[in-house]
Amino acid sequence: MEDLLMRLNRGEILVSDGAMGTMLMERGLEVGEPPESFNFARLKVLSEIATLYLDAGADIIQTNTFGASPLKLSFYSLEDKTEEINRNAVLAVRKVVGECAYISGSCGPSGKLLEPYGDTSDSEMYNSFERQMKALISADVDIICIETMTDLREATIAVKAAKTVSSSTPVIATMTFDPTPRGFYTVMGVNIEEAAGGLESEGADIIGSNCGNGIENMIKIAKEFREFSSLPIVIQSNAGIPEIRENTSVYPETPLFMAEKAKELVNVGVSIIGGCCGTTPEHIRAIRKVVDSVN
Amino acid sequence: MDILNKISEHLQLGDDEKVRIFTKEAIKAKISPKEILNNGLIFGMDIIGKKYKAHEIFLPDVLLAAKAMYAGMDLLRPMFIKGGIPTIGKVVIGTVQGDLHDIGKNLVGIMLKGAGFEVIDLGNDVSPSEFIEIAKKEDASVIGMSALLTTTMPFMKIVIDLLKEERLIGKIKTIIGGAPVTEEFAREIGADAFGYDSINAIEKVKGLTGMT
Repeated sequence: MEDLLMRLNRGEILVSDGAMGTMLMERGLEVGEPPESFNFARLKVLSEIATLYLDAGADIIQTNTFGASPLKLSFYSLEDKTEEINRNAVLAVRKVVGECAYISGSCGPSGKLLEPYGDTSDSEMYNSFERQMKALISADVDIICIETMTDLREATIAVKAAKTVSSSTPVIATMTFDPTPRGFYTVMGVNIEEAAGGLESEGADIIGSNCGNGIENMIKIAKEFREFSSLPIVIQSNAGIPEIRENTSVYPETPLFMAEKAKELVNVGVSIIGGCCGTTPEHIRAIRKVVDSVN
Repeated sequence: MDILNKISEHLQLGDDEKVRIFTKEAIKAKISPKEILNNGLIFGMDIIGKKYKAHEIFLPDVLLAAKAMYAGMDLLRPMFIKGGIPTIGKVVIGTVQGDLHDIGKNLVGIMLKGAGFEVIDLGNDVSPSEFIEIAKKEDASVIGMSALLTTTMPFMKIVIDLLKEERLIGKIKTIIGGAPVTEEFAREIGADAFGYDSINAIEKVKGLTGMT
């Protein structure tokens, strides 16, 4: 497959996939069960989801490893299975996508807070991410995707771990921002200028934002990233804030709505557009159409 | 008074060591523990709460301030007659069954303590019966429940239904919160209050316990 960064630098726009968690819930993920519990005997489900997104036109398919760092897995006493969980997730995707799409190894927050405001040291945090990166990279992922970060220190530690394990594997790093009267900030108090500067200087290749508060906010976030960095930008928005309708939660943003807004993301110079919580293969299909019309 | 100001200032800076030093100094200067608590620690925490609400500071600042508050409280605790910090009410809090998201709930716990409440934090993945049993045993006046997943929200209703069954409605008040939780949902399941953020939750708990 052609080098990802070369394609982006040429100005091509790529589409990444949509939600994993909500897809797993529809396929039997129980309340209180970690999504990674699918990575043992339910690999077929992971392959099925990857196929759905591939067919919808995604160029980048994420692995079901968002919570597969040993620190996060320790919440479920699964840390001893770190290697197996990460490896199986990559293989389940590779089996169906082959070389038709890039496989992106998802790596979410550790669930722990760093000292002094939390109880986890920098080196514990680093070791945890390094172990997950080794597992993902040795299983041949094409990209590492560090995502949904709110603490810039944690995010940069993860980027450093990825780059130390493999300097040639492209690293995506995204953070999740909330709108405040003073602009966009993560819950930990990081603004976009700080995020862009911090992630870039640690060696991230592609930076941006995921999850969040709906795609309209993402357009503003993308503009700010463009202002503070020349790296390719990735935006993976959720389908809005879920609303409760008749006892079930509904993500309000439709495929059509998100695709319409994706045009604006293209206009502000976003290089990779995908989805997060609540987005489906239909959302990705609609975004693909928009992206094809500009590529 | 100057020394209480220093306690409040250093608490706001999250400097637990300084808070410890000045709390000791205040004790030595024979300032009553109640005054140190109210006009030093709680006063400082109240400012932290307001700044957090205004997005002037963020989670790390609140967590560090809380650490400093606890450092002061630990020194004061043995000085109260019953060996406990006097409280304006007792609240049992926890994240409902099957929910591991706890930052919001922890913040509410910190702010409640900072407002002078006694807080019994049951942690994550708390079952409905556990909420009720502990609230009864501890004679708490409020149960606070948090959920960050829409899938775990129905467990909040189970707690309220159990309270109804045990005829505890009114005696033990309920407040719910968390990202997907809405005022409408709170009304629908019969919760006494809804806190849209941690600061609002504290105001509502004060209302429920007749403190405002």
